[in-house]
Amino acid sequence: MNMNRIFLFLILGTIAVFASGTIDGEIVKQPLNVSAIIMFVIFVSGTLGITYWAAKRTKSAKDFYTAGGGITGFQNGMAIAGDYMSAASFLGISGLVYLKGYDGLIYSIGFLVGWPIILFMIAEPLRNLGKYTFADVASYRLRQTPIRSLAAAGSIATVILYLIAQMVGAGKLIQLLFGLEYEIAVVLVGVLMILYVTFGGMLATTWVQIIKAFLLLSGATFMAIAVMANFDFDFSALFAKAVEMKNTESLDIMSPGGLVSDPVSAISLAVALMFGTAGLPHILMRFFTVSDAKEARKSVFFATGFIGYFYILTFIIGFGAIVMVFQNPQYLDLAKQAISGGSPILGGKNMAAIHLSHAVGGDFFLGFISAVAFATILAVVSGLTLAGASAISHDLYASVFKKGKADGMAEMKVSRIATIALGIIAIFMGIAFEQQNIAFVVGLAFAIAASANFPILFLSMYWSKLTTRGAVVGGSLGLATAVALVVLGPIVWVQILGNAEAIFPYKYPALFSVTVSFVSIWFFSITDGSHDAVAEREAFEAQYVRSQTGIGAEGASEH
Amino acid sequence: MKQELVDKIKANPDYQELVSKRSSFSIKLTIAMLVVYFTFILTIAFNPAALGARISPDSVTTIGIPIGIAIILFAFILTGIYTKRANGEFDDLNNKIKQSIKED
Repeated sequence: MNMNRIFLFLILGTIAVFASGTIDGEIVKQPLNVSAIIMFVIFVSGTLGITYWAAKRTKSAKDFYTAGGGITGFQNGMAIAGDYMSAASFLGISGLVYLKGYDGLIYSIGFLVGWPIILFMIAEPLRNLGKYTFADVASYRLRQTPIRSLAAAGSIATVILYLIAQMVGAGKLIQLLFGLEYEIAVVLVGVLMILYVTFGGMLATTWVQIIKAFLLLSGATFMAIAVMANFDFDFSALFAKAVEMKNTESLDIMSPGGLVSDPVSAISLAVALMFGTAGLPHILMRFFTVSDAKEARKSVFFATGFIGYFYILTFIIGFGAIVMVFQNPQYLDLAKQAISGGSPILGGKNMAAIHLSHAVGGDFFLGFISAVAFATILAVVSGLTLAGASAISHDLYASVFKKGKADGMAEMKVSRIATIALGIIAIFMGIAFEQQNIAFVVGLAFAIAASANFPILFLSMYWSKLTTRGAVVGGSLGLATAVALVVLGPIVWVQILGNAEAIFPYKYPALFSVTVSFVSIWFFSITDGSHDAVAEREAFEAQYVRSQTGIGAEGASEH
Repeated sequence: MKQELVDKIKANPDYQELVSKRSSFSIKLTIAMLVVYFTFILTIAFNPAALGARISPDSVTTIGIPIGIAIILFAFILTGIYTKRANGEFDDLNNKIKQSIKED
């Protein structure tokens, strides 16, 4: 295999990421897709109009970071769903169902079950204690400089990794769907995202996410209904036809396959998805856009409903693609078939949902779904960039460098500059990683979120004995362990670096790195006898009262 | 928050009721979600064939499919149960606490 090229990137000087190889072979650029481009232009003009409207309403730092705190629970639930349902989950999970059937459902369930836990444990204290970023909560009674620096490092690492995955996905998708050059596609996504976030802040980002969630849910609903209509809405008939198409006696696609094969991997994946979701900075930030804990709870309720519904739709879409796309000569990649046999579809398995949209709704609907996929990427990268920019401006600039003495205007200016910088980094990374195997990138982002961000956040809320030393040492060790185990694991060490055997045998490191994080936070906290540590423990009581009641909380009505 | 206010809220029986009821409720729901999910994921790890059983001899549909969909619905219903109680009963208690500090 062609795996000679090794790239070394230093992210924040601490995280080394290795990558090489290709994703799905050469992508053949498609002819210009006119209906998709028209619909996409409509979406972009609409969202730029919203950005213009939002820009006039974004006057203070609070407006910029949290849309003034005036988003309703329903709107925020929709926006969270818009943030969370990335193109990777729409195309990736339906592609996984298309290829492996039931395994796709296992994956979706893992992505969903973190949400109830966020509601029961995180949402309220987060809303009651924080202002703009989750570091506000983590550093509430601990020393600002070290905790904010670490939280910002965890946030920025998560955001950049996630951005790389989105940008590369965007470039390939747009190349395939719209017939644009890869580089042009990446630059276009980067520029639009910079425009939304720099001018419209959280208000524009929220509305881009709401509109995108609405379009994606409508499009996916239509596809699922169109598929089911062919089978008189009888699931058994759909499954029976799919099994027949796959031509297997063994019901492979109807049962768990190789996604999680051993107990350690299974638990480790579960830990990564659950705790990782609760440690994603762009998701946590969304809880500050609502007025109080009541609306924060409603947000999770609606978000869980939308996301769960969406995963059920992707399952139907995946099976629909088995029936209507698999072995349909119209969608076959004949060149690839001639070499490797089987029935590969154009653009690889992640295109299953896209081909299905053509099969059920013709060129027009293909254009619609393509535009939705593009919109999806824009919405997700905007949320990510805003979260990364907030970590830079609110945590690093205002709290660490200015020691909390920055004025709101200067802070907002820094976050706009940070947005532009992140956008440019994302464009360059997107281009640099074009030919690289980025399969591990989102997994690494979740592992870091689960191992560094989540333990600090969770323990700062609930464990009175947590100290700055414990949080900094434990959080850093968790982060370092997650990165090291991903690098030494089967995907990077074997598939990308070409070594014969993985030093760390599991694909998912979270079980180990999260344990390292919690244990070392515990150990370095209880052994901390410093003067500061005593004060930090004493301050827990007042923090806990505020986290439980919201009295004194940011943006709450005065009492 | 001033220490006197903290002490006052902590001494308020409504606060104690709120914290103990809400904590035990959220811990119970968290455990319910974890038990359901880990039972599912460990079944996949140790005994995947259990989920691959047909729901009836003449159907290709396996028992794993309704179970998977049911877990998605279960997660959603749990968030609904929590939100309903927290936005009603718990917020009422919380408002009483806020009222009591306002009165002074």
